[in-house]
Formats: sequence, structure tokens, C-alpha cells
Amino acid sequence: MDERTRPAKLSAEERPEQLELLRAMHEIRFFEHECGRLFARGEVRGTTHLCEGQEAVSVGACRALREGDSMTCTYRGHGATLAMGAPLDECFGEVFGRAPGLCGGKGGSMHLTDLRVGALGSHAIVGAHLPIANGAAFEALYRGTGAVHACFFGDGSTNIGAFHESLNLASIWKLPVVFVCENNLYGEYSPLPTTTPIERLADRAAAYGMPGERIDGNRVLEVREAVAAAVERARAGEGPTLIEAMTYRLKGHSRTDPAKYRPEGELEEWLARDPILLHARWLAEAGIEQAEIDAAEAAAREAVAAALERALAWPEPEPAALLDDVWVAS
Amino acid sequence: MSAATMTETTYKGAINKAIVDALAADDDVFFFGEDVGAAGGAFKTSVGIQERFGEKRVLDTPISEQAIVGLAIGAAMRGLRPLAEIMFADFVGVAFDQIANQLAKYRYMTGGQVKLPVTIQMASGGGAGFGAQHSQAAENWLLNIPGLKLAVPGTPADAYGLMRAAVEDDDPVLFFGHKGLFNVKEDLPEEPARVELGRAAVVREGDAVTVVATQLMRHRALEAAEALAGKGVAVELIDPRTLVPFDFATIAASVDRTNHLVVVQEAPAGGSWGATLISRIAAERFEMLDAPPALVVPPDTPVPYAGALEAAWLPDAEKIATAVEASLAY
Repeated sequence: MDERTRPAKLSAEERPEQLELLRAMHEIRFFEHECGRLFARGEVRGTTHLCEGQEAVSVGACRALREGDSMTCTYRGHGATLAMGAPLDECFGEVFGRAPGLCGGKGGSMHLTDLRVGALGSHAIVGAHLPIANGAAFEALYRGTGAVHACFFGDGSTNIGAFHESLNLASIWKLPVVFVCENNLYGEYSPLPTTTPIERLADRAAAYGMPGERIDGNRVLEVREAVAAAVERARAGEGPTLIEAMTYRLKGHSRTDPAKYRPEGELEEWLARDPILLHARWLAEAGIEQAEIDAAEAAAREAVAAALERALAWPEPEPAALLDDVWVAS
Repeated sequence: MSAATMTETTYKGAINKAIVDALAADDDVFFFGEDVGAAGGAFKTSVGIQERFGEKRVLDTPISEQAIVGLAIGAAMRGLRPLAEIMFADFVGVAFDQIANQLAKYRYMTGGQVKLPVTIQMASGGGAGFGAQHSQAAENWLLNIPGLKLAVPGTPADAYGLMRAAVEDDDPVLFFGHKGLFNVKEDLPEEPARVELGRAAVVREGDAVTVVATQLMRHRALEAAEALAGKGVAVELIDPRTLVPFDFATIAASVDRTNHLVVVQEAPAGGSWGATLISRIAAERFEMLDAPPALVVPPDTPVPYAGALEAAWLPDAEKIATAVEASLAY
């Protein structure tokens, strides 16, 4: 989906789906904005890692999945968890450490998990969830369910051992898993060229005998198309794929990082390629009225505001709850 | 049970039988690890299992301990009951993140959304000349991580019973088979009993001194107890069989009667189960003790290779008997 290609006019049936992608990206953007704002107010403890700028990867990839599929992601995982359909208010509640939060307040911003929608977990040790993703995919193969697992991780994860062990095992066992690398150019504070000897991370797939593809991660339709093709291969028993989605972290690594290490002009370049902006422009070119485009944004803003209000009113967990959930049975 | 139905079974034969029976009992159980299939296991504990259950349920993996443990976690989250092997317990170090940060905490961090009925089998312990990296009692490394159950069988019956209980348990269980006991024999019935996790065995009753030991040290302590019996000293020998959960009540009740405690273990003192037990007895049973509790341990060095050095490193029956007599003479 080249940005120079003008889209064909969308039919009435196609419009809701395309607007929904825009709404979903706005929802994540507003959610992250509120998390950043409320961190400053002390409602978010510890730290939080915002994914503003990377919404097209989360939404595009998760919309290529079907019911019964599953997903794992990183500590920068609010977007992917919301894209799977986790309720906004319970996500906020978890980030704020409230009892009705997704994990009862035991996980926090870095561990959003909602098994009801196949969001199997956000992981805060770089690369640690890739072996776990293989396990979810293995279950699908073992029981023949036809389910596929999508695993998100950052560019920095491709330098940790678990990445290599996981791609190797997934390939030899032909596990139905799609590895989605969100290459946002920085591993925490370090620019990729200072930590990684190759420029194209998708090339690492060759070492494990699987297809590797680099795509524009800021174009939601391009992401959806690439992931859908990988999902189809996985369901057909053809094994895993590595997709490198080029994108950009509009904020720093975490809430305490002002990202002053970025070269001058880089942020502005990427702001001009903001995934929400790109899709809104695409929709307009496809013949969708500006009023509908604005309505998608307004719907997301209102849903986030209402969810935030609910979550802020929720109580903190009772101290006694700290003893629960270590064991199933003791 | 008539004698005719009993079969002389080695410790490793009991492990093999337990794995076979667990696979036969539940289609959700699968068994995997390095060389467990075609080769029958590095210690021949899984001979014949892949032939019987096929390559779908008994799988050889690459030498990738992180990938092995992670796969177990992901598959367990989706409802399977993985039985993984990571060969030598020392290799826990390679998969430490998966065990300590993922397996142990996943249920808690997700507010109880997941259960992880994972069993990890490995061979531990010294005395066999494997040197510093293949001889450790690594179960002690894991004591400070809530969320893991630790099984340390000392007999064929306990190896069978604990393995079956581990696979059927809904929480993660790490199962340490002791290399020095693999050829120990015992008569077992066709269907040996499960051993409840957290239930100690009173190996020998006595009223003079309570001795607590597991695995190889249990056998050496029994040797010491028999020698002391000849001198009129009645040792009560207790084998906790699992370190988590830990049957403190049985040991405390024994100490209340004997007023003497000697703990024997195959690992240096710092951060060990023996040190933890003594600290708790001192804190909760101080007034019941007629002598300071004694901890018989190897010195603070890695496990040496040479036969003469390893023999000097491991506590033997003589050292144990000396500690018992010193306690009584206090």
C-alpha cells in the first residue's frame, strides 16, 4: 500500500471497517495521552511506556487475527492490548492500580493481560515472551485448533538470546506464530546502529529459515495486509514469519525520558508520517467525508474520557488481596 | 497388596513409569526436552517413551533452555499440561529468567487469570564426578521466588508419587531427580501412590534427635542413624520430600519431642532450605531446644571434580553422626 497510490473510492460496505481502524488508533492515542498526563499527577505509579506513534502496528496486526487467536506483547503494550479488545476502563484501572483493573492491580502498566480477548500478557523483560508465544502457538498445533499467535516485540529484542532460541524452535516445529518486530529505531535510549550490526532486522529471519519482510509500520492497511498473509501461512501449517514494521516512538522510552538523544528534525519527519494522519488522509482520498473522519475521532475521545472517569472512581485493592493469586491451590 | 504384584524398580525406572503413566492418563500432557525422545534421555530416564506415545507428544528440542521453559508456559496458559526436561539442574541458570520472572510470577501479575500446570524435570546433585557445573543442588537457588513448588524425591516410590502429583498439580512444580540415586531400588506396586506435595516422610522414628535431610543426604543420614542406634541413640529421620510447600509442622512436632535438631543438606549454607528451617525453628521453637540447631553442609566452594575432593566436600554418615553426638553432648 504505497502512499503514492491513490485509493479507489470505498463502497458503502467498506467504509465502516476503514473508519473503525481509524477510531481504534485514536482510542489508543487518547488512552496514551491520558496515561502520560495522569503519570504527572501521580495516578500512575513507577513508570509507563507509551506507544504513541506506533498505533498502526497494534491495530493493523490485531485486526488480521480472528476469534480464538492470541497475542503477546511488551511493556509498551497498552496499544496491542486495547487493539485485541480489552475494555478501556479496565486497562485504565490496571494502569492506576485499581481493584477492578484487568489484573486486580497486581500487574500495572507493564503487564496488561486480558485472557478474555486473547491478550496473553505484556512482558517487561525484553524478549522474554517470545518463548511463551511459541507455547501458545504449540497448543494450537497440538490440539489442531487452527489458532494463530501474534507476538509483538521491539527492535532491541532481536539482540537477546530468547529471540534467537524462539525463532529457531518456531521454525523447526512450524509453529503458527507471527513475530511482529516494531522497529522504532531505538532500544531504550540507544539508536539501533550503535547496538546492531545490520540495518534490516527482517534479514534475521533467513538464519532461521523463515520468511522475513520489512513493511511500513505507520500504514495500518499495509500492516494488516502483511500480517494477514503471515497468519494465512501459519494457519496453513507453513510455520512462522518475521515481520519488521518500521515505526517511530513519538515519546521517550519511558515517562522519565525526554528523548533528547534524537537528532534534530527526526521527530518532525515522523510527525509528518503519523499513522493516524496517514490513514485519515487515505480515507479522505477514498471519498470519505471529513465529518465521518472527525466522528471516528470524537467517538474515540468520548469513549476514552468516559472510561477514564469510571476507572478513576474505582477503589484500590484491599491490602489482604496481596496474598491471593500466588497459587491455584496450596 | 500381595508381594506378587510388586516389581523391583530403580529410581530412574520410577521416573520413567511416572512419565508414562502421566502421558497415558491425560492427553493434555506432553513431554519434551533435549534428547528425551529418540535418545531416551541423557540419563535414560525416558527410554521407550517416544516409541510408545509418538513424536507428537514426546518431542526432542534444540539445546535451548529458555525456549523450552517458555514453551511450557505458553502451552500451559492455553490449557495443556507440559512436562519439560532441562537435563541437568545446573542449566536452570540458562533459563533463570523464564523460571524466576515468568513461570513463578505470571499468575500473580495477571491477577489470577492464568494457571500454569507446568512440571520441569531435571537431574540434580553431586557425588558422580560431573564437576562444578553439573553437580549442584540447584533447588536452593529457587527458594526465594514465591510461585514455584520444589520436589526433591529421595526414593523410587517418592520419585513416582511426586512426579504424578507434580503433573496433576495446577501450579508450576520443579522436580529434581538426584543423579546419585538413579540406581537405588525399591519394590513398587503396579500402581504406586501419589505423594502429596508438602507432606514430609518420617523415615525412621526416634526420640533423641530430629535429623532432617533430602535425597542423597537422606540415605547418608539413615546410615548414620543406624550406626548411632548401635550406640543407643534413637534418631528420628525426616525427609521433607518437597521444599515448597514445606511440611514445617511435622518437623516442629518432632523437635518438640526430641529437643534436638540436625539438618543435613548437599549445598552450602547461605540462602539454603536448611538455613531457612533452622532460622524458623529458632524463632518459633527456641524454648523447646536443648542444644543449638546444627546445619551439616559442604564448604563454601564450587563442587570439586576429583573423587577425593568431592568425597571430602559432601557430608557423609560420619560427619552427620558427629553432629548428632555433638548436639546431644551440648
